[in-house]
Amino acid sequence: MNKKEDAPIRIVLAKLGLDGHDRGLKVVARMLRDAGMEVVYLGLRQTTEMVVTAVEQEDADAVGISMHNAGHLTLAPRIVKALEDAGLDVPVVVGGIVPESDLEAMSEAGVAGVLGPGSSAEDVATCVREAVAARGE
Amino acid sequence: MASEDSKLISLVEKASEGDRRSVGRLLTLVERGGDSAEQVAEATHTLSGKSHIIGITGAPGAGKSTLTACLARDLAVSEYKPAVLAVDPSSPLTGGAILGDRVRMEEASEAGAFIRSMATRGHAGGLALAVPGMVRVFDAFGFNPIIIETVGVGQVEVDVASAADTVVVVVTSGWGDAVQANKAGLLEIADLFVVNKADRPGASDARRDLELMIDLSQLTGQAVRRPEIVMTTATEGEGLDEFKKAIFEHKELLFEGEQISIRRSKRWKAEVRSRLDYLLSEVAKESIENLEEEKSSSPGAVARKIAKNLLKKDELR
Ligand code: B12
Ligand SMILES: Nc1nc2c(ncn2[C@@H]2O[C@H](COP(=O)(O)OP(=O)(O)OP(=O)(O)O)[C@@H](O)[C@H]2O)c(=O)[nH]1
Ligand SMILES: [Mg+2]
Repeated sequence: MNKKEDAPIRIVLAKLGLDGHDRGLKVVARMLRDAGMEVVYLGLRQTTEMVVTAVEQEDADAVGISMHNAGHLTLAPRIVKALEDAGLDVPVVVGGIVPESDLEAMSEAGVAGVLGPGSSAEDVATCVREAVAARGE
Repeated sequence: MASEDSKLISLVEKASEGDRRSVGRLLTLVERGGDSAEQVAEATHTLSGKSHIIGITGAPGAGKSTLTACLARDLAVSEYKPAVLAVDPSSPLTGGAILGDRVRMEEASEAGAFIRSMATRGHAGGLALAVPGMVRVFDAFGFNPIIIETVGVGQVEVDVASAADTVVVVVTSGWGDAVQANKAGLLEIADLFVVNKADRPGASDARRDLELMIDLSQLTGQAVRRPEIVMTTATEGEGLDEFKKAIFEHKELLFEGEQISIRRSKRWKAEVRSRLDYLLSEVAKESIENLEEEKSSSPGAVARKIAKNLLKKDELR
């Protein structure tokens, strides 16, 4: 009866605001599908509210945000907080361009994992799986 | 177990008060199957049966999502509380899926429509096994109408016919070329045709081809009622009013006579059938898991032997 074991992980993938770099998000969607997950793809120009609504209605297990416009220190914590405020206990993972010096701040803000350019399919799937497993406990 | 029960009761209670997160959770329980799915089915069965269920089907890329989104948005801003169940295929190799229909439904979602994406999880026929159960959850908690978007279908995936009250088949120009008799499956289930992408050349040809095919099926007595044809440009919202009108006309036709109860008892039976098929196929899967190859027996003979054992029968038809 444990969701994490017998049902596929459902993850919502999005890019926020005006950041138009969606190539990475598309690649990640394929990687996660090939790892057996169900990807609810929201794509470009999403707002925090849209992501929260999607997580609620899709009953997602995780949220993945792809960020390339140097907005991660503002936007990522905002998503984490909005999900918390809505009572949704789901991990947020982030990929894209996040300088090493920001990793600690991201982790403090409650982001469950951060991946950068060159991450393999294996890295991406593992990052999501571990984030989901950590919440399940 | 007791705590599981009380969890379910509280989810149902909250869902009745309009809590969308609880609706989302109940949908997941149904989708996962097993005991909790049965419990949710019990809890929602008697509450349901009030909503109008619209099925939207058609070839990949025909504009099903765009059209669904237009309709759901329009209904949400007027007096309705629509829900959308959008189905996409699971990869047969990995079991994963990219559920991309929601991308086109942003405005509908913002207007208040409840949108849920789901994967087929190995089920053929254009829908997923859990679709009727999930529709029932929406129905039980006051969502009306409920719009089901099927995966992009060819001609044989016609499950939606038994899952919906009003079946909309979306076609585009060019559809007519490859048509001939082999699109019969989709043709027979349509209560309403939409020729979408009317902004593209060839749309009026597609309409004419459709008219001809419908004439033909009327001649052969296949179709009961002549399905209407509406032209739309979903990306511009053009033709939406006619589309809506045609849907509501069909709904009225259904609900004013006996049609609706005939359809729904067919649906009830189809659902029992599809659940039974599933259970039987699981048993079949189990019974061949450790099967050793018998060079001397034909596969058919072995299958019959196993079936006789399973069914405790001496003879098979
Ligand atoms: C291609 C590209 C573009 C394309 C985008 C096309 C598209 N549709 O995606 C175009 C030409 C449009 C473009 C435009 C711009 N770009 Co540009 N672009 C790039 C470039 C060269 C590659 C990005 C890419 O697609 N990589 C391939 C994908 C597969 O990799 P990825 O996105 O990193 O994804 C991987 C991981 O990060 C991770 N991942 C990513 N997302 C997620 C999500 C989750 C949940 C997980 C788990 C993992 C994960 O997994 C992926 C697989 O390994 C980068 C430089 C670089 N080396 O990254 C600059 C770059 C991102 N761009 C940059 C900039 C500044 C711009 C522009 C503002 C102007 C400009 N200088 O060109 C505009 C802005 C456009 C806009 N509206 O946002 C900067 C960003 C600087 C910053 N953030 O500090 C970069 C870093 C270049 C640089 N060094 O300056 N760009
Ligand atoms: N020109 C034109 N393009 C349209 C119209 N309706 C939809 N499209 C485009 O057709 C493409 C597919 O539309 P969708 O709504 O995703 O089609 P779909 O049938 O849901 O596709 P699947 O779910 O993948 O089978 C998109 O790029 C739409 O923008 C239309 O009326 N005119
Ligand atoms: Mg679609």
